[in-house]
Amino acid sequence: MKKYIVLGLLAVLGYYLMSIFLLVDFGLPHFAHGVKDVYLSSSKNILKVSNAVTAIVVNFRGFDTLGEVTVLFLSATAMSGILYKKRHDIGERSILFPASSIIRSGAKMLFPSITLLGIYVFIHGHLSPGGGFQGGTIIATGFLLMLLTYQNYSVSHNRLVWVESVAGMLFVIIGLAGYFMKGSFLENVLPVGELNDLFSGGVIGIIYVLVGFKVAAELIGIIYTILHEKG
Amino acid sequence: MIFLITVLLILLLMVGAAIYAIVQKDLLFAVIASGVISLILSILFLILQAPDVALTEAAIGVALTTIIFIITIRNTVRYEDERNKKKKQKNVKKLAK
Repeated sequence: MKKYIVLGLLAVLGYYLMSIFLLVDFGLPHFAHGVKDVYLSSSKNILKVSNAVTAIVVNFRGFDTLGEVTVLFLSATAMSGILYKKRHDIGERSILFPASSIIRSGAKMLFPSITLLGIYVFIHGHLSPGGGFQGGTIIATGFLLMLLTYQNYSVSHNRLVWVESVAGMLFVIIGLAGYFMKGSFLENVLPVGELNDLFSGGVIGIIYVLVGFKVAAELIGIIYTILHEKG
Repeated sequence: MIFLITVLLILLLMVGAAIYAIVQKDLLFAVIASGVISLILSILFLILQAPDVALTEAAIGVALTTIIFIITIRNTVRYEDERNKKKKQKNVKKLAK
């Protein structure tokens, strides 16, 4: 009986969701007639940023990005709070079987290129798709590869904490500089340069580099903590 | 028309992978299937002209989440009923004593 009630409720929910989605034309640019045009034109003409998504995420909605980074920081803190171990409790990483020499040399060759790809993604965040979050995650994936392959490869926890807090503080300091010099938080204070240049868009490039470092440090910390958790 | 058919095929693949992930009792295979869902989803984002979101989905959904789940499986149990079976065996032993 319960099953049929659940199925019926799901059918009603599905009917209404379906009717909402059928009202909107799929994949066509019918959304938000006014706002879209303002964002596109001002990111191209005022900020000189060719990737409009980055312009919205970092400049027009920069405060939301600060909140997002804070959420990630809080979740990393909570995770290490739950799984925290004192230094003498950290033993060997539990590895089921040692990695073969093919994986070892492959990881050694892949690690620099993965890191380079991550750095490229977050430096060119305002020119091509990608940005701080994506680049940081790619760098964390490279470190994960090394941590899984080499049993005695370790990351200094202190250094991670330093990178993370310095990057976060610089983000807030740039935001405050915008507040004191131009009148609103995270306002652009640097010259914007030319469209499609590497040094264009004012503070956007700097903020995305900082976000990349911060996200990479947080994710590497999370992975390191999980890998040292004994079953 | 071709665009719509491609998107529908990709969506069908995603639904298939999701059903496989639910039905499969071997949790390792289920985690791989959920990684496949993320991979297809990132391709879908690329088709829908959102390369930023596609990059995020590929990096987080395919690589990080899958590997974190695999580490969790390695530290706990691999099959769905394993823990219950162990508990039952313990109870049976207690009753026999």
